[in-house]
Amino acid sequence: MTITEKILAKHAGKKEVHAGETIWVDVDVLLTHDVCGPPTFAIFRREFGKDARVWDPQKVVIIPDHYIFTEDPYARRNLDILRQFAREQNLPHFYDAGTERYRGVCHIALAEEGFTLPGTVLFGTDSHTCTAGAFGLFATGIGNTDAAFILGTGKIWVKVPETMRFVFEGQFPPYVQAKDVILRILADIGTDGATYRAMEFTGEAIQQLSMEERMTLTNMAVEAGAKNGIIEPDDVTYEYLKNRARHRFEPEFSDHPARYFSIHRYRADELEPMVAEPHSPDRGTPAHRLRKVKLTRAYIGSCTGGKLADFLAAATVLQGNKVAIPTFAVPATVRTARKLKETRLDGRSVWDILESAGVQIGPPSCAACLGGPADTFGRLNGPEICISTTNRNFPGRMGSKESAVYLASPYTVAASAIRGAITDPRDVL
Amino acid sequence: MKPAFEGQAFVLGDDIDTDQIIPARHLVYSLEDPEERKNYGRFCLSGVPVEQSGLPEGHIPFVAQGEERSRFRIIIAGKNFGCGSSREHAPFALQMAGVLAVVAQSYARIFYRNAVDGGFVIPLETEAYLPAEIQTGDRVLIDLDERELRVLGRNKTFTLKPLGDVARIVEAGGIFEFARKTGMISGRPL
Repeated sequence: MTITEKILAKHAGKKEVHAGETIWVDVDVLLTHDVCGPPTFAIFRREFGKDARVWDPQKVVIIPDHYIFTEDPYARRNLDILRQFAREQNLPHFYDAGTERYRGVCHIALAEEGFTLPGTVLFGTDSHTCTAGAFGLFATGIGNTDAAFILGTGKIWVKVPETMRFVFEGQFPPYVQAKDVILRILADIGTDGATYRAMEFTGEAIQQLSMEERMTLTNMAVEAGAKNGIIEPDDVTYEYLKNRARHRFEPEFSDHPARYFSIHRYRADELEPMVAEPHSPDRGTPAHRLRKVKLTRAYIGSCTGGKLADFLAAATVLQGNKVAIPTFAVPATVRTARKLKETRLDGRSVWDILESAGVQIGPPSCAACLGGPADTFGRLNGPEICISTTNRNFPGRMGSKESAVYLASPYTVAASAIRGAITDPRDVL
Repeated sequence: MKPAFEGQAFVLGDDIDTDQIIPARHLVYSLEDPEERKNYGRFCLSGVPVEQSGLPEGHIPFVAQGEERSRFRIIIAGKNFGCGSSREHAPFALQMAGVLAVVAQSYARIFYRNAVDGGFVIPLETEAYLPAEIQTGDRVLIDLDERELRVLGRNKTFTLKPLGDVARIVEAGGIFEFARKTGMISGRPL
């Protein structure tokens, strides 16, 4: 069995499961946020009754992150609904906005808080829940109805996915980041290239990636339609989880051999900086071929590209330079923001390097990655042409339907911000 | 679930993502409040670029200005319908706008699952690429028993793929009804 099949089998109480089989699994963690939490709780009450209790308060994690710094009255009301539910149900893992407990983008906060444990099963009301697969767990996004069902029962049905295995041999060049890797895979297999399937990333080059870089890879598995993205845990995983893990955990690993839908082999050293053109993440092309594309905006942020590693990469490029176009940075989490001030490159903090380069830094949240209310920091409110470290560039994703978004790595976004046109980071590094 | 129903078709292309079905700024409305939830019908498919809204010509608003229900009750689309975010607001918005079924060549899995488990709209699939065969405004009839889609007045018939494992959930009207029928959870709360 593959690692995905083994985790699902264990959580279905079975010795073995096979791809295509529909099973019911026990859920270890249910994650929700301010956009999907309120409707989930409403369905939970409607279906299980006004006085119903959640199946296990220890297993419910609520991390508001989408519409935090907005005056939109409906968005503010939704935060109140989360507060009320957490209070009523006595939920210990609620990271409320406007308090010391506020964390920021749920997928990154979930890892920082030690909920992403190898061998476990995680469901979340957000498509990028698959990010957590970087830690060797089964993690996938669901809707409100399924989440409400889990809240009441602790169980949900899953069709066991077939697995596509992506093997990266050798080493990535220093100018290639995980974002380039996933954009390359997307260009190769398309936005429906992994629909219903698991994407397992492996090989020497993957083992050399930090946890934050691994998370970029699994984060965008959903952009290929995948059910989950997964990487077998190793010492890098255990090191990250040291002093963080909430519980003991039992890691799982793929058998050799295991049955795969397909195996895709890449030579890591042949990869190049990639840019996905509007309006789809699978329209990737090497950055150097798009040098003529003029930009009006750059954006660094989100669960995909707003982690400490992403800002460190951007700062490496921006150090001693000025941005030529308005450039917005949104750290994924409060911890990320703090680390930007503490982490130094040649004696200066990352935060200082960004600010000195002319980058505007906003408070941690999902912010303009998904557009959001009109007063959202960095939102594209007109026909902007933006290069972004985020995950999606569908029409209107970052705001206006008239805008166009190019997706790229933090290196490429920073290099392009300096020049005001799409730039291969090799030109400035 | 009615075994057969008909309605006017609204035709879209490939990769219609959930931001096009219901743009993110609208996700703030309550899905329960009887007045507020009408916004989901009002803004359904408002994120589709105008030139692709109602193929082949485009420039057809799915919901008329000031309305909250659409005159189109069947969505025809190409591959990967509903890709992108996990927002259940997407199939809900289609339901609020009066859509009964979506017929696409393929779906993104979270949308498909949400449509089925929430009992919002029936996600049907065809082998044929229907956006090349059907025009916005065509009257189509969907016959679930016969597993076919007929374009009325045009003498065209297409086979619908079987629903497979999820048929029982679709028939029950959603995951909760299904779980009650099978005794997994107890009866409806008072």
